[in-house]
Amino acid sequence: MLNYSLKRLASAIPTLLILITVAFFLIRIAPGGPFDSEKALPPEIEANLEAKYQLDDPLIIQYFRYLGDIAQFDFGPSFHYRDWTVNQLIAQGAPVSFTLGGIALLLAFVVGVGIGVWAALKQNSAWDYVTMSTAMIGISIPNFVAAPILILVFAIMLGWLPAGGWDGSVQRMVLPAIALSLPMIAYVARITRGSMIEVLHSSFIRTARAKGMPEHEVLLRHALKPALLPVISYLGPAAAAILTGSVVIERIFTIPGIGSHFVQGALNRDYTLVMGVVIFYGVLIIILNYLVDLLYAWLDPRIRYES
Amino acid sequence: MPNARVNVSFAVLLGLALMLAGCGDGSEQLPPQPIRLAEPVPVVLDVLGRPAPEILAKQQVLHRGNGEEPQTLDPHRAEGVPTANILRDLFEGLATTAPDGRIVPGAAGRWDISRDGMTYTFYLREDGRWSNGDPLTAEDFVFSFRRSVNPNTAAVYGRMLMPIENAQAILAGDQPPENLGVEALNERTVQIRLDDPTPYFLGLLTHASTYPVHAPSLAEHGDDFVLPGNLVSNGAYKLVEWVPRSRLVLDRNLDYHSAGEVIIERVVFYPIEDENTEFQRFRVGDLHWTDQVPSNLFGWLSINLPQALSVSPWFGTYYFGFNLTRGPFRDNLPLRRALNLAVDRQILTGKVTQFGEIPTFTLVPGGLPDYEPPTPDYAELTQDQREQMARELYREAGYSEDNPLEVELRYNTSENHRKIAVAIAAMWKQTLGVRTRLINEEFRVFLQNRAMRRNTEVFRAGWIGDYQDAFTFLELFHSEHRRNDSGYDNPRYDRLLEQISTERIPARRRNLMVEAERMLLADQVVLPVYTYVTKRLVNPLLKGWEPNVMDFHPSRQMFFVKSRAQAEAEAAAVQAEAAPEAETDSGKAGDVTVVDDGTT
Repeated sequence: MLNYSLKRLASAIPTLLILITVAFFLIRIAPGGPFDSEKALPPEIEANLEAKYQLDDPLIIQYFRYLGDIAQFDFGPSFHYRDWTVNQLIAQGAPVSFTLGGIALLLAFVVGVGIGVWAALKQNSAWDYVTMSTAMIGISIPNFVAAPILILVFAIMLGWLPAGGWDGSVQRMVLPAIALSLPMIAYVARITRGSMIEVLHSSFIRTARAKGMPEHEVLLRHALKPALLPVISYLGPAAAAILTGSVVIERIFTIPGIGSHFVQGALNRDYTLVMGVVIFYGVLIIILNYLVDLLYAWLDPRIRYES
Repeated sequence: MPNARVNVSFAVLLGLALMLAGCGDGSEQLPPQPIRLAEPVPVVLDVLGRPAPEILAKQQVLHRGNGEEPQTLDPHRAEGVPTANILRDLFEGLATTAPDGRIVPGAAGRWDISRDGMTYTFYLREDGRWSNGDPLTAEDFVFSFRRSVNPNTAAVYGRMLMPIENAQAILAGDQPPENLGVEALNERTVQIRLDDPTPYFLGLLTHASTYPVHAPSLAEHGDDFVLPGNLVSNGAYKLVEWVPRSRLVLDRNLDYHSAGEVIIERVVFYPIEDENTEFQRFRVGDLHWTDQVPSNLFGWLSINLPQALSVSPWFGTYYFGFNLTRGPFRDNLPLRRALNLAVDRQILTGKVTQFGEIPTFTLVPGGLPDYEPPTPDYAELTQDQREQMARELYREAGYSEDNPLEVELRYNTSENHRKIAVAIAAMWKQTLGVRTRLINEEFRVFLQNRAMRRNTEVFRAGWIGDYQDAFTFLELFHSEHRRNDSGYDNPRYDRLLEQISTERIPARRRNLMVEAERMLLADQVVLPVYTYVTKRLVNPLLKGWEPNVMDFHPSRQMFFVKSRAQAEAEAAAVQAEAAPEAETDSGKAGDVTVVDDGTT
């Protein structure tokens, strides 16, 4: 088991290096530079800026210098937000993204599993159809449609919740967390329903019922655990998706997470910031996948020995 | 699965219902909805022109939507309108602006200008102080001007100081910053020598690149001197808190020379890039002031929120440029003229952009106190006549129905730009039979293509003046200007610009500028479309500001008045309490004037 986990960990390093290299050259190939604007700079000022940010060296030297810097966890100064370093910006944005993502994930898990189990128990009832078709809609409605509707209804028409912003208070988290988790609630509900139905039809459940076990114990002690396995394996990639995919929600609700750094950084040609976020996301996804793999290996011994 | 169909149709129905709910907002057909905005009491000023205390609201905290996150709060390295808005509250240059945009004394209480217009002497206010209590001295300004032109600062707007003696050579690294023509004559007197008489020089002193920075905190904190806790500034406000992309909080600076006149206690700037989000937050009362307005909501807002909507001319022009360095526009004046005449500006502003933009045929916007743009003769014709002329010119240029012009129109990605480009292509097609290919590009790609002049033909452009003078527009077309993306290269025009820079007599200078613009328009270098407007929503209770052409709105000039309902409730309470002696102090009423200001 230890051997396996070390092997998996070692393979993450070349992955990360390739990611860094591709991203580094890709963002620099993009036309335009970080200091372009409609107001053109006099050549001497542009030269001053490039010298200040060490952009006047050959690209390959910049690349190796960058590798040296990130080896010491120094992601450099942001080219666009000039009073901040990339480390500071990520340190400020990551907790916000994690808080929002964590709530959304929790919400998706609890509500999604609840709905899924309920629908499985009432299989083919009107309730089942209503929840599952609502779930289908939830999956298909994109965030940027759902979020403004939520704002319109709960902030403007009813006036219950704020329309956006972030100050760490619960009221301001509710709408963005719901908007972010809606598609996932739906997805989790459908997965849960499917696997729950399968488990409920298996023989050990029939045995448990035959023994005369009360129905709620059958469900909680015997059916729910195996039924949740596919959901748990989905949560790994889902966590990554929710953290990296909150760009739209962050923009609509003006939330200072790191998602918008990704998009704005690329548009601003903020080389260091884009690289910082790419590496941050890269490491995050690698870690989450690694954890899921370990979880699998722990659950299923065949994986451990085959590799 | 027999039930699948039921599921699907149910989903479609629900989805449709949701979509309809989503589309409803913003459509102009909806009946007016009541918007929760309080009605203000009339503004009453005392003898000194200040708002009377009894009309002021208790809470004086201003929440301003402010577009993009500021790139930096270092005034010498800053750029962009949102940053400038914040810096205008934090810092004060030698000169500043009144609510109507006039230039008035700032950190300098007064100044003298030498007869030749080349030497400016500024007398700092005796009570000028930094936000930490240090006195604001002439040396502070010498230090700051030198820093601003120092190549090591890498100031983006260092060129604003170009008129100052030796500035250009210092920026290029050819001379040390100490050679800059700025000198402290004594503790409170700064003298600035210029290379050329620059009539708009005072206007430059309202720009962030000329603000003073506090040398001791710069020495102590280095680049971090702008962070909360470190930043020492000399403006009406000081920095309290800064959470990037969330909010920036400013509190009243009690050391400011006119602190007693500042009414807004706290200003919170919110970086909100999405105009729809900003609008929603205004609507629920989170914001008192927006940076922009969703472009498709003009009709709806003018019905539902007329008391909050403010639209006024801005010092900028939206235009298209022709690439004069290659075909088909190189050496083809009739063709450029034909395309220019075939564009119906009335339709573009009235039916396409629809936000009160002002159609124009000139490059320099109107509204400058000392400059009247030379309107070309064809501006006086009807559009039919112009189109007739355009068709003749088109034939003269060698094109016809059988041999139509194929042209490429390039713009950067934006809904507004796209709509205008489509409309112009349609006008050219209808009037002349021109076949236009529309190409949109991401902003920086677009800028690079424009600057290279290799593959552009017609391209979108816009220019917001940096300072209140026609020269900020005219200088763009000097053959060596870096933003001369048309590649206009006319020695006579260059000579005119050089004459303008050295001309000392205002009337002659003005005539030279008119002549230069006339030449530029006659050569059909640009296709001006409209004068920009600023558009925003402002809570009607916020007073003290006026629309102005530079769109400068310092918070220190603003104040909140009581709502009518609140005033009435208070009056009722007072009356109930003090009914017996109600008529004793009516004698003071003569001190006040009621003003009907038209700010909203």
